[in-house]
Amino acid sequence: MTLTPVGAAIMIVSVSSVLVLTTWCLYKVLTLPPEVVQEHLKAPPDIDTGDTVNAD
Amino acid sequence: MSNSSQGGGEQWGSRIGVILAVAGSAVGLGNFLRFPGQAAQNGGGAFMLPYFISLLLLGIPLCWAEWTMGRYGGTNGFRSAPGIFSVIWPHRAAKYFGALALLVPLAIYMYYVLIEAWCLGYAFDYLMGNLQLGSEPAAYQNHFDDFIGNNANGFIYEGGSNTLVGVLVFVFLLNFVCIYRGISKGIESFCMVAMPIMTICALCVLIRVLTLDSEKLTAGLGAMWNPDPKALLAPKTWLAAAGQIFFSLSVGFGVIINYASYLRRNDDIALSGLTANSVNEFFEVCLGGLITIPAAFIFLGAAAAAQGGYGLGFVTLPNVFAVMPGGRMFGFLWFLMLFLAAITSSLSMLQPVIAFLEEGLGLRRHASATLLGLISGFGTAFVMYFSKDRAALETMDFWVGTMAIVVLALVQSILYGWIFGISKGNDELHRGALIHIPWVVQLVLKYISPLLLLGILGGTFYLDGSTYAETLMNGGVPLYSVLFIGAILAFLLLLVHIAGRRWENEGRLKYKR
Repeated sequence: MTLTPVGAAIMIVSVSSVLVLTTWCLYKVLTLPPEVVQEHLKAPPDIDTGDTVNAD
Repeated sequence: MSNSSQGGGEQWGSRIGVILAVAGSAVGLGNFLRFPGQAAQNGGGAFMLPYFISLLLLGIPLCWAEWTMGRYGGTNGFRSAPGIFSVIWPHRAAKYFGALALLVPLAIYMYYVLIEAWCLGYAFDYLMGNLQLGSEPAAYQNHFDDFIGNNANGFIYEGGSNTLVGVLVFVFLLNFVCIYRGISKGIESFCMVAMPIMTICALCVLIRVLTLDSEKLTAGLGAMWNPDPKALLAPKTWLAAAGQIFFSLSVGFGVIINYASYLRRNDDIALSGLTANSVNEFFEVCLGGLITIPAAFIFLGAAAAAQGGYGLGFVTLPNVFAVMPGGRMFGFLWFLMLFLAAITSSLSMLQPVIAFLEEGLGLRRHASATLLGLISGFGTAFVMYFSKDRAALETMDFWVGTMAIVVLALVQSILYGWIFGISKGNDELHRGALIHIPWVVQLVLKYISPLLLLGILGGTFYLDGSTYAETLMNGGVPLYSVLFIGAILAFLLLLVHIAGRRWENEGRLKYKR
């Protein structure tokens, strides 16, 4: 058995398309400006489970 | 950035952190063992056509739906599926469907952590030089059987493999230490270290395989990638491809919806979701597709390369490493990588349940971790006890790891497409989005994904269900395993009921009448 031209083409297209997508996504993510967090202004509400403080 | 160590105030520390955590959850043994085996057995290169179609029509859209619902639920004060489902669908019944999103990760964890221990045990054996057993395949099969107790139930109670018990206890504790430390300090920190190490280990093994004798290498690549177009006419191929996408991306595991709930209201989910998926595909197609089958073929021939799953991973590949130059080191790197891939996944299976125990029952972290440890430990002991022919493991893997994940994905796709609504879903997905997602994705989620999921469910049950159902009729371990799964589900439903009453009393759930 050897790698046929069609098999090689499928391998190259599959691997390279995934590589391009991954590289593009990671490039976009890693080159974004640092996240600015406005603490507690838009954060989800804290869940207070005070009625079971001594549950454990 | 504040990251409370307990309770509902937890959040991810960074954008790349959550992406690596979700990718770490998705990248697992399936990428390196299941995918190459499935591809080689279902048309080779031809398998990639249904595989990529499934990725585009099922995998990526459903992941976006889970990210959307998870963040929406999180911004409305819920981290666990019962609460999030109740926010999406304000109906008394909604929370009970959430029990399925607790059952799936919990039950899968019970056997997955055991396989994780196999990987670390094998890595340790390579380090100590205990796995250089010559070129005879039977030696590796015997080693595997002895190591996991494949020949008899209850081997650990009869002086069986103490090594595995020790490794399992270590792995179990490591999982719970990470979970106890919380989302940012535990899971995120671990994945930020583990994912790069995993990539380096995989690249080392890949370079080793790609620098072998070129004539043999092309033959090995041919075994994986040469297409058999006739396979495309078989429904089995399409089912296998869709199933692989499901298993690989952690769709329907109840994990992404929980992880996304720790995001802030305006955090991006569109690019983050796509990036996590693409990282998973990198490990699967670029690394798994180029290493496993070609290496097996090069050293052991077509018959060995035709194997899949555990046989490929724990019998064939150790045999390959034994005859490969530098095999001991590459064997260690390979199983270390598999262990890291597995533990980043198993961590994600614990978090949905621990989040529920905390917000549903009001338990604090040490109490919830202890309770979860007891439940999951009992389940793992069950799977480990019934080790003969891996009967308990295989049964749970089929009914939960194959069937239940499709059911959960179907529930989630209906919740998203038909109850939450694609218009609202599209707005929510694009809140803070760093890329634009075409509207057609919403149409796919509403109309195509549920139909495909129904087809997968019916097809899988038609092809494999009757065999498993017959096995159940014969009683024994498969029946015990299914009864055990049923008991866990009943217990979770009870807990969800209690949590629902609690949330109603607190005024956190408001139902439409």
